[in-house]
Amino acid sequence: MSELYPARSPATAWRRLEDEVIVMAAQDSTLFTLNEVAALIWEAADGQTALATIVRDRVCAEYEVDFEQAYRDAEELVQALAGHGILMVSESPLEPAQS
Amino acid sequence: MSALMDHITRKALASGIPLSVHLDVTWRCNLNCLHCYLTEREGHELTGEPISGLLEELASCGTLFLVLSGGEVFLRRDFLEIVERARELAFSVRIKTNGTLVDEKAARKLAGLHVAGVEVSLYSHRPEVHDAVTGAAGSFVRTVEAVQRLVAHGVKARIVQILMRPAGDEYRQVRELAAKLGAEYSLDPTVTPRLNGERGVTGLNVPHALWRQVFEDPELRGGAPEHCPASPESESAPELDSLPCSAGHTSCYVSPTGDVYPCVQFPLLLGNVNERPFREIWQDSPAARRLRAIRTADLPVCRSCELLSACSRCPGLAYMEGDLLGPSRLNCEQAFARTGRRPAPLAE
Repeated sequence: MSELYPARSPATAWRRLEDEVIVMAAQDSTLFTLNEVAALIWEAADGQTALATIVRDRVCAEYEVDFEQAYRDAEELVQALAGHGILMVSESPLEPAQS
Repeated sequence: MSALMDHITRKALASGIPLSVHLDVTWRCNLNCLHCYLTEREGHELTGEPISGLLEELASCGTLFLVLSGGEVFLRRDFLEIVERARELAFSVRIKTNGTLVDEKAARKLAGLHVAGVEVSLYSHRPEVHDAVTGAAGSFVRTVEAVQRLVAHGVKARIVQILMRPAGDEYRQVRELAAKLGAEYSLDPTVTPRLNGERGVTGLNVPHALWRQVFEDPELRGGAPEHCPASPESESAPELDSLPCSAGHTSCYVSPTGDVYPCVQFPLLLGNVNERPFREIWQDSPAARRLRAIRTADLPVCRSCELLSACSRCPGLAYMEGDLLGPSRLNCEQAFARTGRRPAPLAE
């Protein structure tokens, strides 16, 4: 299984509203709401952290869930968000942004 | 409003989150528009660092939608740095400008920052009319060129026209020009009083017959701006326990000097961010608490008005007219134009 590195698209605006995250795509102003678990994954999706690490350290640490099942669900989620253009998924970490 | 936006707004309301904030970064302007509601041009503007701190605080309070406006925002040399900071903090940023200072570099930068949109004020499709409104020869050309630059760089540009006498009924031509330029279009039907209450500028408002034409124009519905929308008459009256407006509930305005108000058109001072943190002002200001307690049932004249469902009562305009709980004469006139029925306050 290759590692996946999800990264929030820079072409989004987003904010946590209590237990949800609201995401707006800059391209067409489409809004998305992410539930509690998806919100954890979104917030950790910095392009540097592997999805498996996010699932283990954020999702499994917070909820009593089986890692394998949680990972499959997380992978499905990130691919779906990537399909909407609001998340990028690569098989290697992104280069850190130059300041 | 979409179901999702409705869900977000309800959640923000229930949790006391300032979901939308309008921040004027300057009151200075390089134009001198006939209808401008601003009465001050000077004052100690918040500098870059306090603005950055304010943006961080707004983000921590849950603000998602940020409007950056003025004055003319591009008169601030650090304006693009402010936008950059706002985007680092993941705000959805909309910018209001007259466009005259938007050069290639600015358009390219805004595209790279993925702003949600840039609203550019244009008052006529005829250069001589637009320039007469702005008091600046050549402003039409510079504004149209700015729209072209923004669109060329992939920035979502929207031409915003305020309906007023100098352009008369020629809004369709402005809409056509916007389409030709690849920009969106919206029409604000109302010239509002100046913030000091001076009402002379409201004489620029168009005759009722033209308001009615605009309110009935199906192509304008849905594209209306946030203030005084050209909404059709609702099928049902609003609930009496409903909120009269989002101002001060899920949205607010911050002036270039740090004053916090419920809305840019609502000069009820809640506090100043130089004196207290924004969060404290938002949560604890007695004026904000008083405003938030008001329901439609508390409006002694409006609650029993037969045109309530046809009215877009603006509490800020009512406040400027002298009574926070009273009707706004401007909105009464629009309800009259919309329905042909004269509301009670206009009969007095």
